[in-house]
Amino acid sequence: MLKKVSQAWKFCASSPSMPKWLLWGAVNLVIAGYMTYGLVAPASSMKSAWLPGETTHGHYQIELDCNACHDPASASDGADASDVMQDACIRCHGQQLKDSNDTHPAKKFNDPTNAARLAILDAQDCLTCHREHVPEQTLTMGLTVPQDYCWHCHQEVAESRPSHAGMAYDSCATAGCHNYHDNRAIYEKYLDNHFGEPDFLELASVMPREPHAYWRGQKDAAPLDLTGADGPQEAMADRKLMADWEETAHAAAGVNCSGCHGPSNDISEWTNTVALSTCQQCHESEAETFLQGKHGMRLAAGMSPMTPQQARLPMHVGAHHRELTCSACHDGHRFDTKYAAAEACLKCHADDHSMAYVDSSHAQLWLNELDGSGEVGSGVSCATCHMPRVDVDGVVHVQHDQSSNLRPNEKMAREVCTQCHGLEYSLSSLADSSAKQHCYSQAPEERTESVQMAHDWFVEQEAKRARRQSKRTKSDSSVSNQAGDGSE
Amino acid sequence: MSKKLLSCGAALIVMVTGSAVLMTQSGCSPSEASTMPVGGITPQQFADGVHAVMMADRTVYAKHVVTNLKKQNAPVKADEYWQDTENAIPLPAQAFRMGAELVDENPEAGFTYSLRSQWPLNEQHKAKSDFEKEALEFISANPGENFYGEEELGDEKYFVAVYPDRAVAEACWSCHNDHPNRGDDYPEFAKDDVMGGVLVRVPMQ
Repeated sequence: MLKKVSQAWKFCASSPSMPKWLLWGAVNLVIAGYMTYGLVAPASSMKSAWLPGETTHGHYQIELDCNACHDPASASDGADASDVMQDACIRCHGQQLKDSNDTHPAKKFNDPTNAARLAILDAQDCLTCHREHVPEQTLTMGLTVPQDYCWHCHQEVAESRPSHAGMAYDSCATAGCHNYHDNRAIYEKYLDNHFGEPDFLELASVMPREPHAYWRGQKDAAPLDLTGADGPQEAMADRKLMADWEETAHAAAGVNCSGCHGPSNDISEWTNTVALSTCQQCHESEAETFLQGKHGMRLAAGMSPMTPQQARLPMHVGAHHRELTCSACHDGHRFDTKYAAAEACLKCHADDHSMAYVDSSHAQLWLNELDGSGEVGSGVSCATCHMPRVDVDGVVHVQHDQSSNLRPNEKMAREVCTQCHGLEYSLSSLADSSAKQHCYSQAPEERTESVQMAHDWFVEQEAKRARRQSKRTKSDSSVSNQAGDGSE
Repeated sequence: MSKKLLSCGAALIVMVTGSAVLMTQSGCSPSEASTMPVGGITPQQFADGVHAVMMADRTVYAKHVVTNLKKQNAPVKADEYWQDTENAIPLPAQAFRMGAELVDENPEAGFTYSLRSQWPLNEQHKAKSDFEKEALEFISANPGENFYGEEELGDEKYFVAVYPDRAVAEACWSCHNDHPNRGDDYPEFAKDDVMGGVLVRVPMQ
């Protein structure tokens, strides 16, 4: 055997084509090595060759971290290779679905009588409707099944809702009437509760912030001034920097230089950059929600921060290099939330909607609030809609997941729009694609009918109840009269 | 205050009694049950036991919470849209279903249960198979009797017990009798009438 191999090698070595064969072999080895390394390498462009197809807008930022969705080792307890992707979905989206009072949670289909339905459309598996890497099949909200999916279970809807007779099943979730998961802003009772509201509410104002209410461990700290600052000499010499600190919330809350720049308040380990985890020590919910959104999801996955250059939305070229960390919007030592609420956004975002904001009526209200001619809470900045103030167990937080109320955008109606506008106006505006382009500066061209339909249905229900009670009262009095006649 | 104490006391007694029924049916003490297998319990005994507990809780909620609030003209009342309504609590049927969903979420539970009716106000409570239709007709035609059988759903075989769901509290029949979702053939319910059925499904491995 060895002899044969030796003879073959001698033959090849004497061949004039030997150098070409060696080159061919080397090139193949390099390619194979590159591809193999791409499989085991940390998230980077090395892995792009293994992407089976373009990912959705919701996941493209972490598409090179294959393990984020495909690694059984990172799955929760109980998840095996067969449901590792489902487990990954739930790890990121599970709590959001619970918070949104999911209309179709997986548990809803645990009743064994759903077996036949699940065989057609497995509603307990996220991947039934939301597959990745199939751009040619992907619709809005990452949907990868035909839009008439409601038909499978709701074929008889017209029996209980005659007003729905003849409606197309691909319009249920696309006409601003229903969502599969989150129906908090469009379910019947909420719609009826807001029937008859004017387009512009008399009391148009957002909830006030409670900046000091929930800073963990800082509630009782004494305010600081320049005499108490513990930064290094060269930082202390910067008058503007120190003034920014002294005049704003951190000094007022007793947060010294070392509180952010030195771990464990030790300035011997001074660092000029401040990690998100440091901010998170006090701003817990802000950091948590930031990591859930498109600004922070790369950091959440252990990757480098998002930059505008990587965005699919149009961004200003000059901002391409900026890294999305806390300081990207809360810059310097003034941490100006008013700057962060609009101006900071427009430093990067250059899409039609963002560009139209500057000339919108919302922006004018915001400018009025800034210059004092408008009341506090009456202005509408980018953050008013995209990073709204939300009441969590009686405490007002600023939601830092700027995509939260866009999945889908009707969610914004309940959380934001209805603080200033009637629900019908809000839903109609959100359903109007041209309104988005001009940043909702004009009234919607068409009105959605869902608020009126819900109201009509409740009126009809109440009329039925009243007729029923009237009939029963007559029947009872008739029986009573007969009994009375009999006794005489 | 005394009324509240009375209600709480009654609730406690019924829950403890229900648990005791379950323990008696399984024929072992709690310590034995947690440490050694017990081979004597049948699916029917198991279903009867859990049904006793769930119906005790359901009765307490309908009778001593919902009806009591109604009688007192309390500002808090049971409302279908309780989540978005101030001073509102779930309807008894909703509370029952919420309990069933919590059991559904628990992989250790080993069974499921649900509410069904021949005259459902909520279309999700109508019979979903021929077996369920037959069971509902049986318990309606034979007051006081339960319906037991086996059913195959998907590739799984289940022992199914169906128990009559009676009008135990005034809040039950008064609400159902005036409900706008009533169909033309909807009966006029009175105390102790069978309004539907409670299904307990136990997988047979």
